[in-house]
Amino acid sequence: MKDVKELELLRLLAMDSRLSTQTLATLVGTSQEEVEQAVRELEQKHVILRYSTVIDWEKVATPRVTAVIEVKVIPQREVGFDAIAERIYRFPEVRSVFLMSGGNDLQVTVEGSDLQAISRFVSEKLATIENVHSTTTHFMLKKYKEAGVIFDDHEDDRRLVVAP
Amino acid sequence: MTIGARSHRLSPVVDAIPPSGIRRFFDLANQMENVISLGVGEPDFVTPWHIREASLYALERGFTTYTSNRGLPELCEAITAYLEDFELHYDPAEEVLVTVGGSEAIDLALRALVCPGDEVLIPGPTYVSYRPCALLAGATVVDVPTYPEDNFRLTAEALEACVTSASKVLVLCYPNNPTGAIMTSDDLAAIAEVAIAHDLFVISDEIYAELTYGSQHASIAALPGMKERTIVVSGLSKAFAMTGWRIGYAAGPEDVISAMLKVHQYTSLCAPSMGQMAALEALTHGKEEKDRMVASYDRRRRLIVDGFNQMGLTCHSPQGAFYAFPDIRNTGMSSQDFCEALLRETQVAVVPGDVFGATGEGFIRCSYATSVQQIEAALERIAKFVDRLW
Ligand SMILES: Cc1ncc(COP(=O)(O)O)c(C=O)c1O
Repeated sequence: MKDVKELELLRLLAMDSRLSTQTLATLVGTSQEEVEQAVRELEQKHVILRYSTVIDWEKVATPRVTAVIEVKVIPQREVGFDAIAERIYRFPEVRSVFLMSGGNDLQVTVEGSDLQAISRFVSEKLATIENVHSTTTHFMLKKYKEAGVIFDDHEDDRRLVVAP
Repeated sequence: MTIGARSHRLSPVVDAIPPSGIRRFFDLANQMENVISLGVGEPDFVTPWHIREASLYALERGFTTYTSNRGLPELCEAITAYLEDFELHYDPAEEVLVTVGGSEAIDLALRALVCPGDEVLIPGPTYVSYRPCALLAGATVVDVPTYPEDNFRLTAEALEACVTSASKVLVLCYPNNPTGAIMTSDDLAAIAEVAIAHDLFVISDEIYAELTYGSQHASIAALPGMKERTIVVSGLSKAFAMTGWRIGYAAGPEDVISAMLKVHQYTSLCAPSMGQMAALEALTHGKEEKDRMVASYDRRRRLIVDGFNQMGLTCHSPQGAFYAFPDIRNTGMSSQDFCEALLRETQVAVVPGDVFGATGEGFIRCSYATSVQQIEAALERIAKFVDRLW
């Protein structure tokens, strides 16, 4: 598959991973077999990592608390930030870890059932890791937009049903 | 008072204009629930946020007054700079006019050019407003047929066959609503030759110029000898998803634009100022979002064309705009009957081809400016409906 088509395929899947291979093939202008093969290869190469869903958890009854934690670390000889990042991202409550430019080093997103759970994670697990110098925890109050999706403000189709 | 007496007070010209065929379908579809509509002639995108935001900012700064009749000078300059991409060169101070949608530009051009007795040549099937505007200007309308065999391109022979000594104006609409047909530079050169030979003036509605797939739009005004006899009409509605803002424009020779400006200053004064500010943002910074929208129409175009061909309705790949125009003649039904039955039985709204002109009979206009999910659902319903007919 040509690179441009592959990119287009990826963009379409990133928006809606439930599109059928038949539909995807028509949309990018290729055959179903080619789409199937391209997707298989992209999965094997770990370009496509997972097919997930964007969910507004606030609308379902299970309360979740999310915090963004800025972590300052002392980089280690030979391995730099990677070894510390690895020790952090292995925890299942950690949703994302980014190495950042600027004043702080790692930005970690953590999810827990309540404030206490997150506090406990920070004080017992995160802050005690060797070479973690300091942490600053910000609790998330409201989600407006995630993964390119606006949560509560739907721009509905306001067009007339038939127009010239 | 009787109906007859009431209609006496109306102008016979207005009274004689038949009600819009689209309006009838709108009324029908509007009463129903769960309608999937492929009948909408406007983008399904909301205006890109940077454009809306620019307009909000303009409002905050108090851009709420009249602008000059011609339009904001910065906007006229942005329009001429933008038209350069289509090899069109105009002077922003004299050869451009900002209008209330492309719609007003069409009306102004016809009013500026024709008087009773003049013939206006309208190749069809085509957009529905040229005929009434020409009639309101007092002209006689001459239908020039375009045919499915030519992919609804206008041919010099068909045009030539309709020209008389009274012919004054030719109205072109390419990329075409409803057929999606385009005209290449060579196709247009043949038309230009006829126009020059018979001293015809051309009104070229190029509102879908940005929406071409696989080729760059060609304007007849860019051909030798044509700039001085062409008014290019366009607008922001389609390319930038700005239908509700009501901003369009005309570009052409100074004398005709001045005449249009004269009518415009008395009938509209100016186009809406916050809309003009939004248009300025669109033309100067809107390319990326516009390209994204065009790419999305292109994908859906493939989806809808494939769908119709698979269900046994021949559908040529439209090269422009956002309409597919499948052939329904093998169902044995008229366009009107087909569309009405389709709507009643499956709640899918499409527009019968004949409302755009006699040679549109046997075709239906289906807009693909609708989500992939809606298009797929509509295609499924239409396929079932068509299956039952055979
Ligand atoms: C071919 C054509 N010209 C002009 C218009 C009117 O556009 P505007 O919104 O600029 O008045 C339309 C709208 O459907 C159209 O299809």
